[in-house]
Amino acid sequence: MKLPRTPRLALFLLSLAGILLLSACHRGSDLPFKLTDIGGHMPDLQFQLTDDNGKPASAADFRGKVVLLYFGYTHCPDVCPLTLAQLHAALQKLGKAADDVRILFVSVDPARDTPAVMHAYVNAFDKRAVGLTGSAGAIEALSKRYRSGFTREPASDGGNYEVTHSSAIYVFDRNGHARVLDANAPQEDLVHDLGLLLSNGTSP
Amino acid sequence: MKRIALLLVGLLGAGLVHADTTRISASHAWIRVLPGALPAGAYVVLRNDGDKPVALTGASTPDYGMAMLHRSTQSGGSSRMAMVDALPIPAHGTQALAPGGYHLMLMDARHPVQPGDTVRITLKFDNGVTLPVDFIARPAGALGDQG
Repeated sequence: MKLPRTPRLALFLLSLAGILLLSACHRGSDLPFKLTDIGGHMPDLQFQLTDDNGKPASAADFRGKVVLLYFGYTHCPDVCPLTLAQLHAALQKLGKAADDVRILFVSVDPARDTPAVMHAYVNAFDKRAVGLTGSAGAIEALSKRYRSGFTREPASDGGNYEVTHSSAIYVFDRNGHARVLDANAPQEDLVHDLGLLLSNGTSP
Repeated sequence: MKRIALLLVGLLGAGLVHADTTRISASHAWIRVLPGALPAGAYVVLRNDGDKPVALTGASTPDYGMAMLHRSTQSGGSSRMAMVDALPIPAHGTQALAPGGYHLMLMDARHPVQPGDTVRITLKFDNGVTLPVDFIARPAGALGDQG
């Protein structure tokens, strides 16, 4: 975000007003989440990326779905597959209801993560997972939107490089509103909160 | 499965009897296979029945161009991976290489490795001992060596 100062301030005030309005309208309708409640504290889902079939994808394509947003990269042999395997296991516990969930796996390594690589990768874990890649700028914008930093640094073995990335999972309701944040919580907490969002967790 | 793992441990243990001061054995050895040419993580539980601590210092396998000892760490909400020179296993103790922590990173597969395949990886320790271990290749979504 490289906005001049005044519009940035205006945006900030506007979003603050939005949050206040939202909490005023929905006081008492809060769901008993077990994960960290980020409702009103994180912006709605918004991005312009390319999906793992090579087609343009935006947040609007996922309206009506409960979305799990996770940043990672395919040359990550340990933590990323573990997280995706755990997300798959959590969705399995929800049964048929989880068909309305989409796991959005956003690559922070777009140079290596082409749509084809992403397609094979996400489908190895769950058919409800979508791989998203795009320009470095578009990915950085999405990552910054959720204050999820990542860095790339050359690895000691030469050709490869290491990536430090956020381990959090951002959960959005069917209307694209940010609702909870999962940072290494027990699986049953995620299953519980997804259950809430799938049954009645929408907010206008 | 468990029986095979136990048998494997038994065989490996028997093979090492002559290396009297160091008795290192392995169990629950598995690899998470990812699609295409992506690097894979390998996991194993190491047991040291000797009176002295030993350290895992490296690994090699004919099936991959490179096998490196790595550790994933999480701090301040972010994950990172770093190379590890040596992983100590205490005397009469165990040390696990498990998802989200220590693991072997296998790169440049020399041929496609499929779930169900067995990959022999030779582990190297700081006292000169080498231990060949059969790792079972498991699908991407696996959470352990079985189930």
